[in-house]
Amino acid sequence: MRKWLVEPDFILTRDPDRCINCQVCVRQCANDVHVHDEEADLVQSDSEKCVGCHRCAALCPTQAISIEKASLEFRPNGNWTADRIRAVYKQAEGGGILLSGMGNDQTLPVLWDHMVLNASQVTNPSIDPLREPMELVTYLGRKPDRLELNRDANGKVSLATELAPQLRLETPIMFSAMSYGSISYNASFSLARAAQAAGTFANTGEGGLHKDFRPYAKNLIVQVASGRFGVDPDYLNVAAAVEIKIGQGAKPGIGGHLPAEKVDAQVSATRMIPERTDALSPAPHHDIYSIEDLRQLIYGIKEATQYTKPVCVKISAVHNVAAIASGAVRAGADIVAIDGFRGGTGAAPTVIRDNVGIPIELALAAVDARLRDEGIRHQASIVAAGSFRSSADVIKAIALGADAVYIGTAALVAMGCHLCQKCYTGKCNWGIATQDPMLTKRLNADVATRRLSNLLRGWSLEIKEMLGGMGINAIESLRGNREHLRGIALSDRDLNILGIKAAGE
Amino acid sequence: MKRIYAREDLCLGCRLCEIHCLVAHSKSRRIISAMTREKGQITPRCKVEESGQVTFALQCRHCEHARCLEACMTGAITRDPATGVVLHNADKCVGCWMCLMSCPVGAIQRGREGHVASKCDLCQGEAAPVCVANCPNEALLFEDREERKK
Amino acid sequence: MDDAQTIPDDQWRPDRHQKSQRDEKDQSGCAICGLLNEDGSLVDGGLIIRAIANMHDRSNGLGGGFAAYGIYPQWKSWYAFHLMFDHDAARRQTESYLETVFQVAHQEAIPTAHLEVIRQRPILVRYFLLPKEELRARHYDLTDDDIVMMNVMHINKTIDGAFVFSSGRNMGCFKGVGYPEDIGRFYRLDEYQAHLWTAHGRFPTNTTGWWGGAHPFGILDWAVVHNGEVSSYGKNRSYLANFGYQCTMHTDTEVIGYLFDLLVRKHHLPIEMACQAVAPPLWSRIEQMPPAERQLLQTLRIIYGGALLNGPFSIVVSHAGGLIGLNDRIKLRPMVAARRGASLYVASEEAALRLMCPSPDLIWRPAGGVPVIGRLQSQPQEVSVA
Repeated sequence: MRKWLVEPDFILTRDPDRCINCQVCVRQCANDVHVHDEEADLVQSDSEKCVGCHRCAALCPTQAISIEKASLEFRPNGNWTADRIRAVYKQAEGGGILLSGMGNDQTLPVLWDHMVLNASQVTNPSIDPLREPMELVTYLGRKPDRLELNRDANGKVSLATELAPQLRLETPIMFSAMSYGSISYNASFSLARAAQAAGTFANTGEGGLHKDFRPYAKNLIVQVASGRFGVDPDYLNVAAAVEIKIGQGAKPGIGGHLPAEKVDAQVSATRMIPERTDALSPAPHHDIYSIEDLRQLIYGIKEATQYTKPVCVKISAVHNVAAIASGAVRAGADIVAIDGFRGGTGAAPTVIRDNVGIPIELALAAVDARLRDEGIRHQASIVAAGSFRSSADVIKAIALGADAVYIGTAALVAMGCHLCQKCYTGKCNWGIATQDPMLTKRLNADVATRRLSNLLRGWSLEIKEMLGGMGINAIESLRGNREHLRGIALSDRDLNILGIKAAGE
Repeated sequence: MKRIYAREDLCLGCRLCEIHCLVAHSKSRRIISAMTREKGQITPRCKVEESGQVTFALQCRHCEHARCLEACMTGAITRDPATGVVLHNADKCVGCWMCLMSCPVGAIQRGREGHVASKCDLCQGEAAPVCVANCPNEALLFEDREERKK
Repeated sequence: MDDAQTIPDDQWRPDRHQKSQRDEKDQSGCAICGLLNEDGSLVDGGLIIRAIANMHDRSNGLGGGFAAYGIYPQWKSWYAFHLMFDHDAARRQTESYLETVFQVAHQEAIPTAHLEVIRQRPILVRYFLLPKEELRARHYDLTDDDIVMMNVMHINKTIDGAFVFSSGRNMGCFKGVGYPEDIGRFYRLDEYQAHLWTAHGRFPTNTTGWWGGAHPFGILDWAVVHNGEVSSYGKNRSYLANFGYQCTMHTDTEVIGYLFDLLVRKHHLPIEMACQAVAPPLWSRIEQMPPAERQLLQTLRIIYGGALLNGPFSIVVSHAGGLIGLNDRIKLRPMVAARRGASLYVASEEAALRLMCPSPDLIWRPAGGVPVIGRLQSQPQEVSVA
């Protein structure tokens, strides 16, 4: 039966004066939107299949294609918006859970946009990063509260403290967990290489470590999630750090889901699962039903790696995130990663993606304050995740108390992602979230590595400029330094939780 | 010398190389005019070969021992002594197709421009051949591999 | 309530009453100077007053102050508390609190002179104290210093109108609103003999002056005079909160005092390493050091990232053992130093230095992050107090 109630999201228009019938669009669209009519020698388009990924428009040599939001208007209704009506149509057709890729796309307030940064005037000279040193070096890991020294008979001192393992980052930005399987070989490869080039880290996600990526393992954080895909002692020992994934911002409370279509021979070998089967991670870790179980897993991993690597615990930002983070630190986590509700995913039930969890801004402020109040802030580093769209978001997170941030969506966008949110279909026209060999080769790993490196470089330069403006020349002096933030149009309650003053105060 | 190298693992098969080659060798050198009014009269010097999932763009290799050059009876095919580029002069070409027959990679075609052969000239006068410059995935490289080997 | 005894007009400390929920830091330009006789020989306050007066234009009359060491030899084992009170009620409340936790050996008004230019002065009293035995027994895990600091913070935070501005042994801070040379005369500092003096003239840019906000900032025997702005203040404050230090004084200078107290008194770092923690070498320089040194500095910087003082500063930190002059890492504030014999001098400007020491053996401009360290070699001379 024709799905006559499912309406197109976009209307694709082809300018006949510009179209040269070259069929580049036909060859590029994995959704079969464009068809060449041999008889009429004309390219025609079926808007209903268009996901708005812009692949055709980006490659069209004459800019003949324009894509607009379908203007099929319903009677104006502030409650029953077009998106909600269409979701009901779709669900009535299929009867299943509606899926989405990427992060929460609702128009809830983005608090980063309600915070502004400070700059020096007169009493404090701003520092010019082009002329003066500006340090972004960041160490992640457990720190002792004090330095211990040995003193010899002559009073000469030497180091007695043996520091717990640390990750050294040249810039406080890392690539968030994105599994091989959810993204393509070339995309994973590019993230690993860009991380190495920039002196930072990429997270493998829960999909195991492809053998080809071993040479980059010094710059990789491997993940242990509830599915335990690809986990063995070698996997743990080869990496720079190990992350236990408890939750993900896009889908707190549920496990990962990789559709069978994306499980090809390589993915199957890397994940250690049969080919063409769904890779479904359980919602909880079935060996972690409480905090003491988490401690066992943390120390299990530390034992397995002879205490040579920091262990990170990643949680999604939920209502009592501060208490959970504190528990994780007390359970032995060296790094706590907090993923806010705008964090991305390859596949999540839309209803969960859009309605579960809290913003990273508030979660981060609450966790940092809680750990400080408990006097255990130095015992773990905090990594914030969940939609960092610019260097400004990153520096604001650091001022709120993050040691570093994870970027996922921004990294994908740097590689070409257009946020069409169809990652779960496996038909990514940009060759990123797909395993189809015709599509994966569209992402040239050299190009993607360069673009990722450029992004990190550009953001780092911007962070240096902003730091210099504040009269600060080392990032650790901004970390948790909320004096340099002011809020605009925020409630007293929000300001209080964020621990910042209002602009003008 | 600098030659064009295709990376079939990265070729999208989009054929933008063919389109830009055609435009570069058109009279108008404007894409819409070239691809509509002039289309039947110009041969793209580069051609995307396709078989299943494998695609790549093929052009004249500008061979060190160019058989086409040896086979050409009118002297239409010559080698630029300075650059090493193998060039084809349509004015001297009589359309005997001996070059097509002798080319080991099939990079020379019958031209639509008249009864003459057509082949890649590496876009003389441009910084890089237009197929290379316009490949959206950098699947075509223009580089001197002999130099690199040295 | 005994309103009659409360001075209704206490505008000399206006922002005390506008204390926001969150602490503010204060920005200021300033003049600083210090002198130390490493052999313990004593000198009266006249010289340091003339030195700071020689940099008159670096302050704007909204704050001046001094720290002097070795001034209370007859009470040298007792903590000398200098307090300022807004009103008698605050004094009574404070004194009854002090009596519950401390043995009070002696108390007296801090001697002052009547000076036309010094106005709206608070009530100034000093006490010589030691924690009571029962308090020591209850806090068996704390030292006397810890108990004193805890109580200084308690008074400053909870008793409205009372402010402890000096709490070390055999030393004292003297400060207020006015030009430093007037403050010096007001407190009759020429009548005190000390082996170590520091002085400060203040140029606050965004707050009206208040007596408690003048420098030096003193806690235990630490006194800090500071020219500059601590851009890392928010970070340092939250870092110090981890160790129980509560910043309550509306001035970024207090974090400097607490940091040195933490690093030197509590964590037993040598003075040089404490300076390297607050003004560490660049990572790129640490990389180039020999392995043992590199590892030490790396570890120091990793652990004490929260102690890094960022922003432009020149400071003189004084303590019972001596004096430290230090600039920020890229030297964004002025400081010069000189030596003659057993005496060490530091100042914002050479004008002050030359006044204190007209013909130095050595005069130099310390590089950013490189401390000038003076150590008291012998015990100060014993003389009776003025």
